[in-house]
Amino acid sequence: MKESKNLQRILIFLAGAFLFFMLILPLILIIAEALAKGWSAYIKALTEPFAIKAFWLTIEATLLAVGLNIIFGIASAWLLTKFDFRGKTFLGSMIDLPFAISPVVAGLFFIMLFGRMSPIYTTLQEYHIAVVFAVPGIILATMFVTFPFITRELIPVMENQGREIEEAAATMGANGWTVFRRITLPNIKWALSYGIILCTARALGEFGAVSVVSGHIRGKTNTLPLHIEILYNEYNFTAAFAVSSVLVIMAVIILILRNVIEAGGISAFKKNFYDENLQGQKKFLKIKFSKRFKF
Amino acid sequence: MTSKSVIPGYHLSLGITMFFVSLFLFIPLASFLLFASGMGIEKFIKAATDYRNVHAYAVSFSCAFIAALINCVFGLLLAWVLTRYDFPGRRIMDALIDLPFALPTAVAGIALTTLYAENGWVGQFFYAIGIPSAFSAMGITIALIFVGIPFVARSIQPVLRDLDPQLEEAANVFGADNWTIFRRIIFPELVSPLLTGFALAFSRGIGEYGSVVFIAGNMPYETEIAPLMIMTKLEQFDYQSAAAIAIVMMVLSLTILLGIHGYQSRRLKNIGAGFNN
Repeated sequence: MKESKNLQRILIFLAGAFLFFMLILPLILIIAEALAKGWSAYIKALTEPFAIKAFWLTIEATLLAVGLNIIFGIASAWLLTKFDFRGKTFLGSMIDLPFAISPVVAGLFFIMLFGRMSPIYTTLQEYHIAVVFAVPGIILATMFVTFPFITRELIPVMENQGREIEEAAATMGANGWTVFRRITLPNIKWALSYGIILCTARALGEFGAVSVVSGHIRGKTNTLPLHIEILYNEYNFTAAFAVSSVLVIMAVIILILRNVIEAGGISAFKKNFYDENLQGQKKFLKIKFSKRFKF
Repeated sequence: MTSKSVIPGYHLSLGITMFFVSLFLFIPLASFLLFASGMGIEKFIKAATDYRNVHAYAVSFSCAFIAALINCVFGLLLAWVLTRYDFPGRRIMDALIDLPFALPTAVAGIALTTLYAENGWVGQFFYAIGIPSAFSAMGITIALIFVGIPFVARSIQPVLRDLDPQLEEAANVFGADNWTIFRRIIFPELVSPLLTGFALAFSRGIGEYGSVVFIAGNMPYETEIAPLMIMTKLEQFDYQSAAAIAIVMMVLSLTILLGIHGYQSRRLKNIGAGFNN
């Protein structure tokens, strides 16, 4: 099917117009509004103590969520692809559950668990442990919304690799750590980096879940997105957009890294599968289909 | 029935996985369900069917539905243009589609609000012809289109890329025109990814909060969305109503996703069978 050049031009123009009004214009607007009152106002908004505190809290929550998710992602993907056990399918679909739950509802879970109506609330109070309206709650909520990201990237790749090589290595006496480091890790490194990128992006920007559990205490439990909300609701638009521009820069870096990793992953795929027979191509296709559920 | 595999690490990975799943999923979910079950069926129905809440579900549901439909059109257009045509800027366009995944929703929310508000760069033209493009159902839909577009475009792209060009050539040789080829040969292949993308965008749209809350205007009985009602109830310390709304939302999006998951796995099986022949 070959469309006429004119039809092609019209379709490209329509697609470009859609992207321009929905995606590009908002980015331009953020930068324009951030600099609307000049550089000094921009710098002032970024170096204000509450903004800096919010920045570090966001970094802290993101690093912890990503770190914990790496451990969980590798362990759960290993468990779900290398072993057969009862309840495996159930466990797999449980891990996907956060995809189906609104972030606000996720935040609500932790309010119910640690908040005032919780059965353990008095005990927590006695020991002066604050979870909700404090930093631990923010980390818990961030973990919840990013929970499936790394596992979902690793499982198709590890499933596709099969178990034979690891089994052979283990039979010949390699210990678990050696098997993982020498055989599994080289094979999953692209999928793992891809999962880390997705997880980082979501953790940096999570708003709904964190908003519920944070309590919005300035300088204490405010992450960057929450700080932006406060500034915006105070009609301090320049500052709100200035802080937003930091997140825009991070988003652009994430997009670039994503594309680099994807290119690397695809060439690794080609090396692994394209030389092989049809079986390999079939597996390749299957991975593509399962990848559709990625976010 | 444990594994007889020689691969080490079963107990270690099981332990770590169960620890995380319990701490972050089971225990929070169980405590929520425990709390919700404590309120009794009568109270649940009263809270869940409160007129203001029902209105909020309707707003969330209808705006998410319309946004997902519009995304099907533009997602297909974007995927089509990006996989089949070559033009300058194609790679940047391709990368840009993922922006809604990478950009924090609150940032997207305030940017879209400013853009489509009465004195905004784009909004002024809508308001001039009497269409309120912000603080209205249309505003909510715009935000949900932003959030949902990658789901649809990214679902369709791999399928379009893997289509066999020989089928189109054959149809062309037999004299089929472009429209017939698209309708009879290409589109049937795209139904399944379109549905997947639609379901993902739809269920995300129902639960979406950050990008919508700024542009919605949040007027009771008009532009309040379901997640906002949970926030409102929480601020009033009305935990039972919040839980009731949450349950309704969870049932809604789980139904959508499970429905599409069942369809998807059936389809995957068919594709596998096709390859074995």
